[in-house]
Amino acid sequence: MRNKQFLVALLTFLVCTSMAFAGTVSGKVTYTGTPAKPKPIDMSKEPTCAKQHATPVTTETVVTGANNSLENVVVYISAGANDEGQVPPQAVSYEQKGCQYIPHVLPMHVNQELKISNADQTSHNIHPIPKINREWNKSQPPGTPPISEKYDKAEFIPVKCNIHPWMHGWFVVLNTSHYDLSKGDGEFKLPNLPPGKYTITAWQEDYGTQTADVTITGNETKEVNFSFKAKAY
Amino acid sequence: MRKLKPTQILLSAILALVLVVAFTPQVAAQDAPDVGPAHPVPVRPMESHIGNVTGHARDGKTPYRRYCAGCHGEFGDGNGENAAWIDPKPRDFTIATFKCRSTPTGTLPTDQDLYNTLGRGLTNSNMPIWNTFSPQQRADLVAYIKIFSPRWDKEKPGDPIKVPAEPPVTMQSIAHGKALFTKLECWKCHGPSGKGDGPSAATLTDSKDNPIRPYNFSAGKDDSRFKCGSTNEDIYKIFMTGVDGTPMPSFADVIQPNDAWDLVHFLRTLQINRHGKENEILSAAHGVIPAYTDQPSAAPAAQSDTKSPGGGGR
Repeated sequence: MRNKQFLVALLTFLVCTSMAFAGTVSGKVTYTGTPAKPKPIDMSKEPTCAKQHATPVTTETVVTGANNSLENVVVYISAGANDEGQVPPQAVSYEQKGCQYIPHVLPMHVNQELKISNADQTSHNIHPIPKINREWNKSQPPGTPPISEKYDKAEFIPVKCNIHPWMHGWFVVLNTSHYDLSKGDGEFKLPNLPPGKYTITAWQEDYGTQTADVTITGNETKEVNFSFKAKAY
Repeated sequence: MRKLKPTQILLSAILALVLVVAFTPQVAAQDAPDVGPAHPVPVRPMESHIGNVTGHARDGKTPYRRYCAGCHGEFGDGNGENAAWIDPKPRDFTIATFKCRSTPTGTLPTDQDLYNTLGRGLTNSNMPIWNTFSPQQRADLVAYIKIFSPRWDKEKPGDPIKVPAEPPVTMQSIAHGKALFTKLECWKCHGPSGKGDGPSAATLTDSKDNPIRPYNFSAGKDDSRFKCGSTNEDIYKIFMTGVDGTPMPSFADVIQPNDAWDLVHFLRTLQINRHGKENEILSAAHGVIPAYTDQPSAAPAAQSDTKSPGGGGR
């Protein structure tokens, strides 16, 4: 009798602790070499936007920070995530403001709702150009409600506005919600990872992708760093 | 028989070996991936239904090869032999994005849309007016091009947009259309007189990064230059479904259907050499379009979009 109770208690303990095991992968994304200098953007054709920027904004293809850090790199679990199909209920937001896309790179889960809004005084047309998802193109004048869309296949989708040719952004549609975008200091963090083997992929829109394999056994934090070779132009 | 010297035996052996190696097919080696005939696209049993005609992909295969593959390519990707020398480029059927549709932006066209495009051709492009085909041949070709994209297997064409009955052409309608043209900033690309010379026109590129120009309403004498048909309803559908694959977006979410007709009537007045009802009314008013005023009308059409937020005044 006591053995049975003990066994039940042991099993319960093991199940609970295995559910409680959640590791983290964190690290920094940096570059080596000399990246191309960001170019200033001339918004004189759209005065309502130009006046919103005291100094001209620069191109965001490569955004660097102190200590050779890279910002806007999508770091995600490309294998082992096991949350494909678990679509988060909340929407992700993409804003057109000052004739720029905010954020420049927007990761989202397949079929997650995407809400696009226009905070400017000019019309924009929102024109993502996928290769395997459906290509649509919608006008969004100022003062109109947000556009709601979603994508049903994983893909890295460039986004542009045809009216304002300097506007470039990305929708990164992934099969997982285990993703992060590297910050100004290049740091990223992927928490809540159950024990298992994972492949982490880092994607920079100009420098390509890098992968690393990592194994989580319990509650530990594993450090994984990515270093991209900068392109001179 | 004299015995062969050792050197002679050796040389003969080497010669024999060389000959054997040279003439034996290299079955062990892998074929280089870009050498030899590529696998043809399998002809899936796709169908099309236009009126009471049913088309079959298998019957479209031969006419496609004969008439279409030169531009659209044997893989339907727009990379036929002729493609390098023509502009605009031939349609790439593998992504299933089409310009001329009755369905919303981002959705597949109906079979009727494709059938119409085939018969109408595309003005100012190398796509001919294929009136040489019988309806059955056209339907077979519509079915055939579906083999090039997997989207046709799972996705249904969009629901065709509902086009309300056209209201009468009046100066009030034209004036409202002009106000919409200003407010919706069509002039950014098309220019204030619709000549295709707006501030954003010079930098436009299509979805394959080829330069492209916005439509110039003032050129030409008649309606022959429209790519997707030339009736008022065809023009209505252009901006209410968008010209997919190009910078021209859909305005379906931002124009009320009845107001869209007003825009059509105004656009006709940009065709300065066209003889139509809209231009008759315009001449009768000595070419002056009055400012649009929101007046209460008998029909309770929603006039919510006459507020002009900051822009306008052109």
